Amino acid sequence: MTDTPKSGSIFTQTGLMAKRNASEKRFRFYGLVAVVASLMMLAFILFTIFSAGLSSFRQTTVTFSLELTEAKLDPKGGRDPAKLAKVTTVGYNKLIGTGFAAAIKEHGIEIEGLTDKDAAGFLSDEAAANLRDRVLADPTLIGQTVEINALVMGRIDGFMKGRVTAESAANDSNISAEQLALAKALDDKGLLHLSFNPAFITGTDASDTRPEAAGLGVAILGSAYMMLLVIVLALPVGVAASIYLEEFAPKNKLTDLIEVNISNLAAVPSIVFGILGLAIFINFAGLPQSSSLVGALVLSLMTLPTIIIATRASLKAVPPSIRDAALGVGASKMQTTFHHVLPLAIPGILTGAIIGLARALGETAPLLLIGMVAFVREYPGAPPAGFSDPASALPVQIYQWTQRSDPAFVERASGAIIVLLVFLLVMNTTAILLRRRFERRW
Amino acid sequence: MNDMRIVERLVETQGNKISARAVQVHYGTSHAIKDVDVDILDKTVTAFIGPSGCGKSTFLRCLNRMNDTIAACKVTGKITLDGEDIYDARVDPVQLRAKVGMVFQKPNPFPKSIYDNVAYGPKIHGLTRSKAELDEIVESCLRKAALWNEVKDRLTAPGTGLSGGQQQRLCIARAIATSPEVLLMDEPCSALDPIATAQVEELIDELRDQFSVVIVTHSMQQAARVSQRTAFFHLGNLVEYGETGQIFTNPRDPRTESYISGRIG
Repeated sequence: MTDTPKSGSIFTQTGLMAKRNASEKRFRFYGLVAVVASLMMLAFILFTIFSAGLSSFRQTTVTFSLELTEAKLDPKGGRDPAKLAKVTTVGYNKLIGTGFAAAIKEHGIEIEGLTDKDAAGFLSDEAAANLRDRVLADPTLIGQTVEINALVMGRIDGFMKGRVTAESAANDSNISAEQLALAKALDDKGLLHLSFNPAFITGTDASDTRPEAAGLGVAILGSAYMMLLVIVLALPVGVAASIYLEEFAPKNKLTDLIEVNISNLAAVPSIVFGILGLAIFINFAGLPQSSSLVGALVLSLMTLPTIIIATRASLKAVPPSIRDAALGVGASKMQTTFHHVLPLAIPGILTGAIIGLARALGETAPLLLIGMVAFVREYPGAPPAGFSDPASALPVQIYQWTQRSDPAFVERASGAIIVLLVFLLVMNTTAILLRRRFERRW
Repeated sequence: MNDMRIVERLVETQGNKISARAVQVHYGTSHAIKDVDVDILDKTVTAFIGPSGCGKSTFLRCLNRMNDTIAACKVTGKITLDGEDIYDARVDPVQLRAKVGMVFQKPNPFPKSIYDNVAYGPKIHGLTRSKAELDEIVESCLRKAALWNEVKDRLTAPGTGLSGGQQQRLCIARAIATSPEVLLMDEPCSALDPIATAQVEELIDELRDQFSVVIVTHSMQQAARVSQRTAFFHLGNLVEYGETGQIFTNPRDPRTESYISGRIG
């Protein structure tokens, strides 16, 4: 440097300076490109999901009046619930089919080549089941003529949503051109409604052939139960373990080993936790399969390392001067930790907990192994007994629906993903609000 | 305070508060304090001076066993407080620290209100029976720390929102709230501006009535201004210990003389 002559004006850039500036510009550009690329991918994913899934929150129904003939539904009379229940959905199916055919005629709709079978097949099997539930709940309806809102079959629903067209129907044995014509005619008369479908959120899953009736109720309940249990199980245990390891445990080979193992556990594939859960909780401890209790135990095991690592990091980040200050006025180790260190670490702990919970909420693989992939049509009971009832979970439900052949399930699965994302959003928002509250205190 | 008055300052002979005999401190393999003997008098300000890394802070932290929190640190020798060995197995360091308070280099108020900062010590030691008593302690400690007039209208405001000098005086108020017998100060003014430093020094001089104060300082002027007795540490050794006036005007050891005149340090 000594032989460098005094450089010229500061208005002219030196060669090295230009190079440095150029490299900084380049680096900023790379960063911007990365951000834009990731935002575009995110937007693409969200667009795909929402464009495919939003329609699942609406469902097509057909409205017509139907006489609930006593001869069919309560042949012996007397409205005895036990006897009423003997009439199965098959009976109702016939009733509703003939009623629908009559309603078509009544409205003066004539479709050439429309068979009775076509007309009956226009409606979902679920419509009969719904009607039966309604009658069993209120037997006084028998003998009256009631207005019913019957679910139509999935293909017709798809036609109303634009998924099924005349061209695609031509190659589809499940739907005939006549049925499509009927749908058009009914729609013209204002009898077909595409309206909000609460059953998608509250209803239970339905079989392969009835996508129009499939709902997320059991999965939402199962996921909610599991999250509740994971918070109760993993958060106190994880936080207590980290406090002990970070503040109280002697620093020796054993605690080093524990620390290394916790970091490794955080990286273990989740399916391994599933196998562990299967072996320990189901085969060894004999807990019920498919239950949200076992699911939550497995997810807790999986979440613990994440919570411990985050909690330890946030405990470490508390400035040592605070510990000194507390010890200096004669606070005990525990008072120092609980009065001063932990409150400062809470925002970080919450962040870690929410990352762990979010991962647990979206986890599928370990749940497959403990039997939560089963087809569950019954709602789990109220807690705490309901924790051991079979349940499904949102990600597993999505996985199941994507496996099914009926294209209507694509829409259902996308809708379920939206519900899952809303769940995540709610959880994250809660965490952010809690964090704010604790941060704002000082 | 005038630096020139140091010679004429009287040192009242007081009883020993803390006696250290043959104290050795090891940090792992390094030998931080080598065979230190010191008697700290009651109701006196004792200054520890010396170049960086000479062990004065380490020795100070031995006096209330703050070094216990450092796993690698090993203290041998004997330190007594009023004749009782503070490293005795029966001593609970937590209880000891209520008697030997400490103020740190960087102001470190708790991220709580001003009131809670001062009230915390009395609360955990169960020194008060009622809210009124606690209020009284808080007020008197803040008054003693010359902070009351500045903060009396905002006792619920966070202590971290005060200025650096105010924060350090708050830390002093917090330390004296547990009514300690000895107050250790580890370079309490190193993060403060000259005005705040002057306020804290004045405060230290007032505190001398009630406590035995031990202050570690980098500034020789400060040691000369506030202390009655001074200990000079160098490379882990206690080189010289005596009355402040004598250390600064007539040091016996050549190393003390070179440090004071600025040749080493």
